[in-house]
Amino acid sequence: MTGQLTESVLEVTNLKTRIDTPTGELRAVDGVDIELQKGKCFALVGESGSGKSMTALSLMRLLPEAGRISDGRVLLGGQDLLALPEAAMRAVRGRRVAMIFQEPSTALNPVLTVGRQIMEVIERHTALTGDAVRRRALELLDAVGIPDAAWRCGEYPFQLSGGLKQRVMIACALAAEPEVLIADEPTTALDVTIQAQILDLLAKLQAEHDMAILLITHDLGIVARMAQRVAVMYAGEIVEIAERGAFFAAPQHPYSQKLFEALPSSEKRGTELSAIAGQVPPLTGSFTGCRFVERCELAYLRCRQEVPRLAAIPGDASGRRLVRCHLREQGLAAAPQLISAGLDEGTLVAVASMPVLVELEDLKVHFPIRKGLFKRTVGHVKAVDGVSLTIHSGRTLALVGESGCGKTTAGKALLRLIPPTHGRVVFAGRDLSALSRQALRKSRGAMQIIFQDPYGSLNPRMRTADILAEGMRSLGVGRDEKDRMYRMAELLEQVGLPLEALARYPHEFSGGQRQRIAIARALAVEPKLIVCDEPTSALDVSVQAQILNLLKSLQDRLGIAYLFITHNISIVEYLAHEVAVMYLGRIVERGTAEEVLGNPMHPYTQALLSAVPTVEGKREIMRLSGELPSPAHPPAGCHFHPRCPKATAECRETYPEAVQLVRGRTVNCVLYRGVSKAASNI
Amino acid sequence: MPVILVTDILVWLLAAVAAGYAFHCRRRPHLAIPWARVFRSATAMASVVVLGAYATLGLLDSLHFRPALEQKNAEQRAYSSEVLSVLDLAVSHLRGRGEKTYSAPLATRSYAKEQIELPDGRQVRDFPRLAFGGAHLNGEDEWAVDVVKRTLAGLAVAVVLLILFFLATKTLMKRRPEIPWHAAGISLAVVLLLAGPVLALSTGYHVLGTDKVGQDIFYLALKSVRTSLVIGTLTTLVLLPVGIALGISAGYFKGWVDDVIQYLYTTLNSIPGVLLIAAAVLMMQVYIDLHPETFQTAVQRADLRLLFLCVILGLTSWTGLARLLRGEALKLSQLEYIQAAHAFGVRDTRILARHILPNVSHIVIIAMVMDFSGLVLAEAVLSYVGVGVDPSTNSFGTMINAARMEMAREPVVWWALATAFSFMFALVLAANLFADAIRDGFDPRVRM
Repeated sequence: MTGQLTESVLEVTNLKTRIDTPTGELRAVDGVDIELQKGKCFALVGESGSGKSMTALSLMRLLPEAGRISDGRVLLGGQDLLALPEAAMRAVRGRRVAMIFQEPSTALNPVLTVGRQIMEVIERHTALTGDAVRRRALELLDAVGIPDAAWRCGEYPFQLSGGLKQRVMIACALAAEPEVLIADEPTTALDVTIQAQILDLLAKLQAEHDMAILLITHDLGIVARMAQRVAVMYAGEIVEIAERGAFFAAPQHPYSQKLFEALPSSEKRGTELSAIAGQVPPLTGSFTGCRFVERCELAYLRCRQEVPRLAAIPGDASGRRLVRCHLREQGLAAAPQLISAGLDEGTLVAVASMPVLVELEDLKVHFPIRKGLFKRTVGHVKAVDGVSLTIHSGRTLALVGESGCGKTTAGKALLRLIPPTHGRVVFAGRDLSALSRQALRKSRGAMQIIFQDPYGSLNPRMRTADILAEGMRSLGVGRDEKDRMYRMAELLEQVGLPLEALARYPHEFSGGQRQRIAIARALAVEPKLIVCDEPTSALDVSVQAQILNLLKSLQDRLGIAYLFITHNISIVEYLAHEVAVMYLGRIVERGTAEEVLGNPMHPYTQALLSAVPTVEGKREIMRLSGELPSPAHPPAGCHFHPRCPKATAECRETYPEAVQLVRGRTVNCVLYRGVSKAASNI
Repeated sequence: MPVILVTDILVWLLAAVAAGYAFHCRRRPHLAIPWARVFRSATAMASVVVLGAYATLGLLDSLHFRPALEQKNAEQRAYSSEVLSVLDLAVSHLRGRGEKTYSAPLATRSYAKEQIELPDGRQVRDFPRLAFGGAHLNGEDEWAVDVVKRTLAGLAVAVVLLILFFLATKTLMKRRPEIPWHAAGISLAVVLLLAGPVLALSTGYHVLGTDKVGQDIFYLALKSVRTSLVIGTLTTLVLLPVGIALGISAGYFKGWVDDVIQYLYTTLNSIPGVLLIAAAVLMMQVYIDLHPETFQTAVQRADLRLLFLCVILGLTSWTGLARLLRGEALKLSQLEYIQAAHAFGVRDTRILARHILPNVSHIVIIAMVMDFSGLVLAEAVLSYVGVGVDPSTNSFGTMINAARMEMAREPVVWWALATAFSFMFALVLAANLFADAIRDGFDPRVRM
């Protein structure tokens, strides 16, 4: 134990941060103890509002104006950071403790070159001057894996992609070789393949510089991949601290257990996800018992009356895990049982046996790029470039791909929210593209959409009743106002909201409840198809589970088909019947969920799947270099060849034809041409 | 006989609309919350009191009538050609008490020497006693005592009124403890403690002196308030529909609609505003001069010119608002709830009315109060240049214009300019402070 103590870099004891709000003093961080060790990664996990980011900001003393640290000590190598004057603190920030933020695009100054921004940090915190500074900056850019560093140095942030910007941020943070690196959701704004690159980079740098990393995240998959030690935060407190292995083997706190159960995965297919009822309690009041008590299924009387302490578990041999729960005084909880629900009857029914609802044929959406005085069209952004899909009634087709691949545009073009440039959309036997504006309006009700951001998708100036009634009025659903009222009441019941919700405004609801209203709004006009555009990516895991359960039960009861646009593979595994993988405006692989996810064929699908961090542990990661090219100038030949590890000379020449492997399963890759011939011979 | 001027109708309509809007807001929390935030600010409460005092003056001055003339023949009623307002009745002691020429504030004698014939027939050249200012005094040695007496009496009345106000609003204060009543109280006290003595003194003196033709400056200032308010508010009434309609349709429809509207406002913006206004006002003046039979009284004629000035100011200054709203509508039209409405096949007009307009209303309100003070100042400048209101209309601009020559006089006649300056300063300052508070309350970016 003494050996471990000497390694300790940053020690936080009883940190308390308060934020003044109009409703009273908010206990954002309420007595947090953390110990960061040299060369180790410590992960702080929690849902939004749990106080994890506030903890990081408190360590850096970068709190918002209304916030203040009311108690606690932050010892950095024996020096109390909270006692330092602000001037001395500035020398600590960046020099000894550095931080990288979630959104790389706002963390860099847009009017300074990248090189200038890195050099500024070097000049501020090291003794280097003149040309040495520039050499060091180039070194750093090389170290974070930015190709052609000398040239990139003179570029401005807007010329870099999100992944490169995050690398620059890391280079800035590392400029003075800090002892501690705080990474606040460093990859949340990035795509999975880029996320894999950045996480690799962080792990590599951590090992090279023997840094301590405080990783703040909500993604248990990232934790499993990066952290040595894990702390789970809930309502301003740490509820569980454990070594990674022990934590993932058997989480001890009921909240941690629930978090795991709420994660969608292929094993849970056909079963209902376990959602956490209720919401995080308001942190303005004081607590007489456990903060999780209202949402805990295992709570008993003592949980309400006595505040649990963060304590070791009797019977735990290592003694390195602490839990804030009365139940654990009786000893360790068992490892969770894998729920092997098996595939229920419904999913075994062949997808093709359901009637075809929608057929996209060679759908293209090109946005013209205009330049000059007369706005001449000089080129096209080929957002969607020939997509053909079929969606069956009552089934879910998942459209998977990185951001910028055109999946949202394809979904909106299907609904004719964006006019398609070319191709046909056949909905229930009728060609929508041939319909007049007037006729199209009438058939709008059959297809609806649910958006990603539950805050942007509801008009803040309208009451729920008006929001729900709008579509019904416009499309003439319901005979009269009274009839519509009945329908609205029914809708609210379907999505699990109380009737009182009708008279309230969107701002009075939480994110999950807003998403329920958005779903009710779509259901109001009795659609046969709903395009779900990343409906859960803005929500916490526990709320995501509620929404996924709701979508699933609605499909079972009402037979609605979903086009589920997402980048989250575990949701696809859990929910989808069929999968189509999209890359740069085109479908590269499609088939049933079991086929595509179980046996990915296209190199891009393989890379995409392997890049997703999972809680089960490490898969063999197939790394992709580079980023998604611009859809304005797609690479010649196969769009994927510049990043493809298996690319051949042929791939540079022509775009590969779709190869049909079995019924309904196609891959656009030259690697499988032989297989197709073999399959057709049989 | 009541005389209904066009601007009177519009002013009262505006007051009614404001009251209706307040009622509308009370029942909708998303509208009431920002207003509640505005009124929680101390500066807002203080400026509201000042603005309220101005508004009261303006509204009282917007009820016009022609007094009946006394006639021997009772059946045949004739009306004076002079149009009066309720405000004129309230301060009737100030009206028509003209001196010959300048006199300093509270003076008993004129500011210019004259030949005076003494009772014994001798003639001396001296400052003559004023016809009204201090005429009630038996001797000029009583002046100081009288002024102090009147001041104290005015103060006493003000204090009594303050206490009455305090008692009357006590329950209200208890019910809404979050509103900074003390700020409103202090500013009310300042207003009353100034108004009390001034009114008390004004019965016997020209508190703020007289101008070149002997009119009471205090009276002129009171009458000018209405002109300022009319210009500040009615112009926005003209400006809003144009600015809103063009701004949001440019942002929402995009394409050629956007091109046309953008072209329109860029062109309009490149023409010097004063030039355009001068040309329009002069054209109007020609029309008025050629058709004297259309107007029964001089006041009606001047009123038309005032209204026309509002219209032309409004038509040249909608571009800023339209540009703001275009940007906001561009942003909003990409938002998901608008796309959801498209997915329901909701008509464009309905989307504009139900989704876009309510969500830009905060910008409209902020722009409206911000514009107000600018327009008040613009009127003063235009009248000074000579293309503003009718010379017979009282306004701060005409007051300044009339007083500017006297700045070169020795000894200087400072009171006319000083009065116009302080009245306008108080109004514009209060409006600006209130506008700031409104912006803080409504701007979504400052929300916590």
